[in-house]
Amino acid sequence: MSEESIISLKNVNKWFGDFHVLQDVNLEVKKKERIVVCGPSGSGKSTMIRCINRLEEHQEGSIVVDGIELTGNLKNIDNVRKEVGMVFQQFNLFPHLSVKENITLAPIWVKKMPKAEAEELAMRQLEIVKIPEQANKYPGQLSGGQQQRVAIARSLAMNPNIMLFDEPTSALDPEMIKEVLDVMVDLANGGMTMIVVTHEMGFAKTVADRMVFMDEGKIVEEASPDKFFNNPESDRTKLFLSQILHQ
Amino acid sequence: MNEMNEVRKPPVATTGFIGWLRINLFFNWTNSLITLFVIYCLYQFIPWILDWTIFSADFKYNYLGEQITNQEMCSRNLDPENGGACWAVIYVRFYQFIYGFYPKVEVWRVNIAYAMLALALLPLLYAKLPYRKYFLYFTYIFPVIAYFLLNGGLGFTEVSTNKWGGLLVTLVLGCTGIALAFPIGIMLALGRRSKLPVISMMCTLFIEFIRGVPLITLLFFGMVMLPLFLPEGIDMDGLVRVLVAVTLFQSAYMAEVIRGGLQAIPPGQYEAAKSLGMSYWRMNLLIILPQAIRISIPPIVNTSIGLFKDTTLVIIVGILDLLGIGRGTLADTNWLGLSYEIYFFVSLVFFIFTFGMSRYSLYLEKKLKTGINMGAD
Repeated sequence: MSEESIISLKNVNKWFGDFHVLQDVNLEVKKKERIVVCGPSGSGKSTMIRCINRLEEHQEGSIVVDGIELTGNLKNIDNVRKEVGMVFQQFNLFPHLSVKENITLAPIWVKKMPKAEAEELAMRQLEIVKIPEQANKYPGQLSGGQQQRVAIARSLAMNPNIMLFDEPTSALDPEMIKEVLDVMVDLANGGMTMIVVTHEMGFAKTVADRMVFMDEGKIVEEASPDKFFNNPESDRTKLFLSQILHQ
Repeated sequence: MNEMNEVRKPPVATTGFIGWLRINLFFNWTNSLITLFVIYCLYQFIPWILDWTIFSADFKYNYLGEQITNQEMCSRNLDPENGGACWAVIYVRFYQFIYGFYPKVEVWRVNIAYAMLALALLPLLYAKLPYRKYFLYFTYIFPVIAYFLLNGGLGFTEVSTNKWGGLLVTLVLGCTGIALAFPIGIMLALGRRSKLPVISMMCTLFIEFIRGVPLITLLFFGMVMLPLFLPEGIDMDGLVRVLVAVTLFQSAYMAEVIRGGLQAIPPGQYEAAKSLGMSYWRMNLLIILPQAIRISIPPIVNTSIGLFKDTTLVIIVGILDLLGIGRGTLADTNWLGLSYEIYFFVSLVFFIFTFGMSRYSLYLEKKLKTGINMGAD
């Protein structure tokens, strides 16, 4: 493990029943690095990043996040989750709370932040994702793109060192994808460590430091975006790229 | 261009009262026939029921102007052609219906408890009540105050629960049963879904056992068996034993209702809460339960209304609730044969409470809907 690695996966294996969903996955992520993970559906991309904040449990191998190894130790899991923010495909906002309450909830209850301070923080985060005027609405009143930006703001409010994005634009109408990607680009330019599972190749070319291609539970290829798109090594990658770029 | 922009109004006959009548009552000829038939039935029934319950009824005096003290003096027994209901029985026995055999000197305590119950419900009924927070504190401590007020202690003379009766017993059983069963039910529902097999098995067993047994059996169980489990020398009050049985029964049902709500919450909500670093309890208290309970409001109120009515079963273990007092009155030779009046009155009291609960649930649903399901559609 290189010294500056903030995330390190070593020989990670996981099964769903008999299905071997992650097979000897090795991945090192350095601080401030932006990784884009792509691959066909069912290749284990989502499962891999969900293992990083222990929404899924791995069965073999080791995962170390910011110096903390993920085991059954609940305290460690809580600590890792405080470091790692996550944005989901389906937004997963809390529908019974207003936008502002969605954002302030975790700072108030997990970080014990005073309410006024948390609200100020929420407004700052909403400025960053460019929808401060929606603060008092409920998630159901917002468009998909706005909801996803609230979800990003909610994660950022916990001041994470690492952000995981699990297909953040896949559930959005085409005209809303850009507004979410813009926020993510800003975040990347601000120096956040990010692992993004996405099929948005334009986004990958702009911000990725490294591309990771997965298929059938294995990491097939890891390369810089330049090499990955122009001169991929494996045939599987070439096939995938030809399919995805010809859409 | 101007003509195109003119706002066209809908045809007159489809809106307003006339429109409503046409759409709902006289849509086609079968519909109209049914409407006319129903109107005819109401025309026959309503004057008769009003006459019997109000216009020809005796309240305190019969048609000769004498104060009624037994059933023979009721107008309808003196002159079967003319009299209506004889409400005098309710008037004479009103104290028992409301307080049971609670000593008259101490009855102010019950009255204060009733008034405090109303005050305790106030913040639950009006979300916009000023100083609601402080009223809610009162709601939380109300059960303790009510216990000492009604039962005695802290300087109050003790009034044994076998002197309690009527509406007092009905309300004590109903309110305590519902209020205690709610948190216990939540714990059982969470327990049944727990990943720890011991906890989930214990909760499932408890729920299935209690649900599989009729309430009457549980009441007998409470009366006869519960004392066997207690160490010698400790005597459990009869009403408390019944309360334990009623609460256990209700919490099993409540647990299943809330479990239904929990199952409707998408897994993404759990994942989002966990990814923000929330512990199991915070996640459930702040994210999952508020949503699950909202979804479950109609069935929660449904089982609560069911329990409120089922409290009448305590009559079989010798506790006289509202219905019990009614039946006791009927057995009194002075008031033989007045079953219409007594059952009508008891039904009316139950209806007022259960209808209130049902309205409350509608109000809650409407109020809480603002947060959820307000999509762009």
